[in-house]
Amino acid sequence: MKVTAQDVKYIAQLSRLIVPEADLEKSTEEFNQILNYADILQKIDTTGIEPTPYVLPISNALRKDVAKEGVTHEEALLNAPEVYNDGFKVPRVIE
Amino acid sequence: MTKYTTVIGLEVHAELKTESKAFCTCSAEFTNVPNTHVCPGCLGLPGTLPVLNKQVVEFAIRAGLAVNCEIQKYNKFDRKSYFYPDLCTNYQISQLDKPICLAGHIDINVDGEEKRIGVTRIHMEQDAGKLVHSGATISTSDFSAVDYNRAGVALIEIVSEPDMRSAEEARAYMENLKAILEYTDVCDCKMQEGSLRCDANVSIMPEGATEFGTRVEIKNLNSFRALVRAIEYEVERQKEVLAEGGRLIQETRTWDDANGVTLSMRNKETAEDYRYFPDADLVPVIIDDAWIERVRAELPELPAQRQARLMEQHGLPKYDASIIVSTKAMAEYFDEAVKTAKDAKGVSNWLLGDVSAYLNNEGITISEFKVTPAHLAELVNLTKDGVLSSKLAKKVFTEMLKEDKAPGALVKELGLEQVSDEGAIMKLVEETIAENPQSVADFKAGKDRAIGFLVGQIMKKSKGKANPGMVQKMLKEKMQ
Amino acid sequence: MKLYELTAHELHDKLMGREISSVELTNALYERIDEVEDKVNAYVTLDKENALAQAAKVDAKIAKGESISVLAGIPGGIKDNISTKGLRTTCSSKMLGNFIPIYDAHVIERLRADETIFLGKTNMDEFAMGSTTESSYFGVTRNPWNLERVPGGSSGGSAAAIAAGEAIWTLGSDTGGSIRQPASFNGCVGIKPTYGRVSRYGCVAFASSLDQIGPITKDVTDAAIVLNSICGKDEQDSTSLNVEVPDFTKALVQNVKGLRIGLPKEYFGEGIDPRVKSEVEKAVKKYEELGAAIVEVSLPHTEYAVITYYIIAPAEASANLARYDGVRYGYRNLEAKSAAEMVTLSRTEGFGAEVRRRIMLGTYVLSSGYYDAYYNKAMKVRTLIRRDFEEAFQKCDLLLTPTSPVVAYPIDGKMDPLSIYMLDVTTIPVNMAGLPGISIPCGFVDGLPVGMQLIGKVLDEATILRAAYTFEQATGYHKVFAPLGGKHND
Repeated sequence: MKVTAQDVKYIAQLSRLIVPEADLEKSTEEFNQILNYADILQKIDTTGIEPTPYVLPISNALRKDVAKEGVTHEEALLNAPEVYNDGFKVPRVIE
Repeated sequence: MTKYTTVIGLEVHAELKTESKAFCTCSAEFTNVPNTHVCPGCLGLPGTLPVLNKQVVEFAIRAGLAVNCEIQKYNKFDRKSYFYPDLCTNYQISQLDKPICLAGHIDINVDGEEKRIGVTRIHMEQDAGKLVHSGATISTSDFSAVDYNRAGVALIEIVSEPDMRSAEEARAYMENLKAILEYTDVCDCKMQEGSLRCDANVSIMPEGATEFGTRVEIKNLNSFRALVRAIEYEVERQKEVLAEGGRLIQETRTWDDANGVTLSMRNKETAEDYRYFPDADLVPVIIDDAWIERVRAELPELPAQRQARLMEQHGLPKYDASIIVSTKAMAEYFDEAVKTAKDAKGVSNWLLGDVSAYLNNEGITISEFKVTPAHLAELVNLTKDGVLSSKLAKKVFTEMLKEDKAPGALVKELGLEQVSDEGAIMKLVEETIAENPQSVADFKAGKDRAIGFLVGQIMKKSKGKANPGMVQKMLKEKMQ
Repeated sequence: MKLYELTAHELHDKLMGREISSVELTNALYERIDEVEDKVNAYVTLDKENALAQAAKVDAKIAKGESISVLAGIPGGIKDNISTKGLRTTCSSKMLGNFIPIYDAHVIERLRADETIFLGKTNMDEFAMGSTTESSYFGVTRNPWNLERVPGGSSGGSAAAIAAGEAIWTLGSDTGGSIRQPASFNGCVGIKPTYGRVSRYGCVAFASSLDQIGPITKDVTDAAIVLNSICGKDEQDSTSLNVEVPDFTKALVQNVKGLRIGLPKEYFGEGIDPRVKSEVEKAVKKYEELGAAIVEVSLPHTEYAVITYYIIAPAEASANLARYDGVRYGYRNLEAKSAAEMVTLSRTEGFGAEVRRRIMLGTYVLSSGYYDAYYNKAMKVRTLIRRDFEEAFQKCDLLLTPTSPVVAYPIDGKMDPLSIYMLDVTTIPVNMAGLPGISIPCGFVDGLPVGMQLIGKVLDEATILRAAYTFEQATGYHKVFAPLGGKHND
């Protein structure tokens, strides 16, 4: 077993998600199924192989430092679930 | 009792003076109306993508060269993940293993001792937004509002080696770094407003030890004074913990300026796991030699070079020069004043003395100082030429602070010209000798002190305007 | 022939010939949608008012004799992960159930410039994570060839809309096969362009290094026409390629003589439904008859592609989907007492099971202590997969494979996630290498369409379009219409 139910809980917390207790066993099982399958990667020797973070060999996509008008204040807050003093309202930040 | 060595490293965040933000075209200018300098990108709306502002790279190279770093040719950006409401995508675009600058240094001087402090690295990243709390503080607020105006503003983070051994060294490093960032014009360096921020890593180890102690990171150091006080407090706190047989924990503490203490920040779960990985929305930035050399050629005069120039060109003592160059505006003021001043040291004396005292008292910087460099130079010249005594010069200076007038005009207006007319002075000398026979007798009997009294009497009669040198000379001659 | 059965290029001719108006055409499409949508569920949101207003504008231009683009006045559907200003864009998620974008995706700007008609937003797997459209918060889309079957995914709505006559053209997005596989399951043409050909600006990110927008259409000609409209450099996307875009319709010639078509042996081995294999092999024979040279090639790292993808894509997704926290937009739990609790509850309640599963998997493979074993290893294997293609293309001009090892399977077949993931083996490697790939219909199994995939070299969409067009014109599978509910037997 690669991960325990406890690990799954920790990963959920890091992801800001909750796995309900009732689903924990099944989630852990699915997790392990995929991670066990990932073992096949260990068969491949990747010594000296560079990773591919970018598919195409392009570089220096840079733009000029010119400021443009952004969106209006109303547009900015259009989808805000709650608003307070022209800002996006959030419940207390410290518990 | 065990003696300890303090070990300090600084992490400095500087907001870059770009027109637009790092990865979107919103204005980077400061504004007080929340959520007005925002766009789909810096609001983190679904589907938006970052495009790097070229000026960010340019400024990072400039800052790197100014602190003697090696500029790295291959640059990439990584995502640093953590959840916080002021971070619009809940990851920060930063540079993990391929920072733009490596291996630099800044030289400092504390109590006459030169020391070289290593700069580990400089990397490019983006700023977060701001939380405005409904109550007085974050912990007493029932809710907060997020303003993303600062979200996405370009930053460089300058990380030092743990080379500093005292709060004063940390202060000197920070002062030098600030001056360099000002001179290179990459940051406006307003610590109070947060455009230049500093975190300090502080640990202690027994004297002679080679292994560093447990490190504590102190945040919220928004002035030089706070930096020094926080480090001094933290060192004492760590010593106390160890003296009591306690164990230090690696943690982040915040500086409480009002109470003069560092406080442990609420421990978020366990250690942060930032899950850095390359940001595939951006492509690598390759910096070629031509780019680096162009930026190098365009570098302005830096504080150390300027200090040397002030010493050589104007004969200033090292102490004077180092203070004048520590802020760019002060150095520029000096350079402007000495264009017309006949006495550079005289200008320096004013700047380090009365001018600095006035600025401190008013809580303003030299950029906000109303007396022009030309007027200060004129004041220096009036003294140099013997028109004003140093005492009267101070009086004129006080008037200059009140109204924007040339010192020459003020001298006339107030009738303060020094009297150097021989006839007028001789008249006063004769009068005074006649009125004080005892003192004249004392002088003739060899009591030198008596002449001081007589000079004082003459100066009094002239309301301080008589040329003291001439008074002294003529009095002596008359009494021979 | 009903109007909704025609292609964009046929309808363009009718518009120009004043046989029909765009308003008539658009109304005909909405009538068709009314007729079948309760069975198919291809759309999440319809936008009839704006669509008809746009159609009227195009009609006015035609009436004045002004020139219009080929796509002007032709109604299409947009996958619901592409940002449309003022029109709800949900990614088929509860999380964005009420989200109204304030900007247009780059492809939408281009299509607006061409005066196309947007009928509405098509259904998909939630945040494009899936290959069945079953994970949509707005209900599954049903396959018009057999309503008990999945339409594939994640662009299931876009493909089913074409098959059911609910749109003339649609846009999909493809991260691991999400255009090609549903195109194959619905008997449509679907092309994933070279990574960087089409701007991703405004395409809600799933996996940034893999995502690409592309068209789903009834025939190859329409695919080329839509590509012409949407391809090109965009300053808002750093990964958008600054290369000249050819006129793709110029590639539509019936000639494959001398073209070297490579058959990667790994794609015809274990795991493929023999009946699918047989249909694809018939297509290969057809190409031989048409004068193409068939060569066997090997892509030895194919067996690692699926797990590599299911490490890289969730890793990128875990960061891309971190922004859905209930702070600025989207679903928010209003009972939470603190910001942290609000974020956790909003995400837990706003995301469906598959999205949560992938976010957690991605978080895990990037987390401290596992990065090298999983994420970094996968990124290295990705390099090997890319090299496989480079080597194969030394021997051939394009590759031919089945688009999917299977035909559309039953809805709610209760397959475990890994077994479903394994079926993406034929499409995933193409995204890994950033190559262009097209799926076109090439036969039927049990009345369900079979698709074949043609894979081209980087930026060589022209060659696969030409090969696809030649086959299409020589066979005519694209002319077979979905029976919509009836069991179609070939």
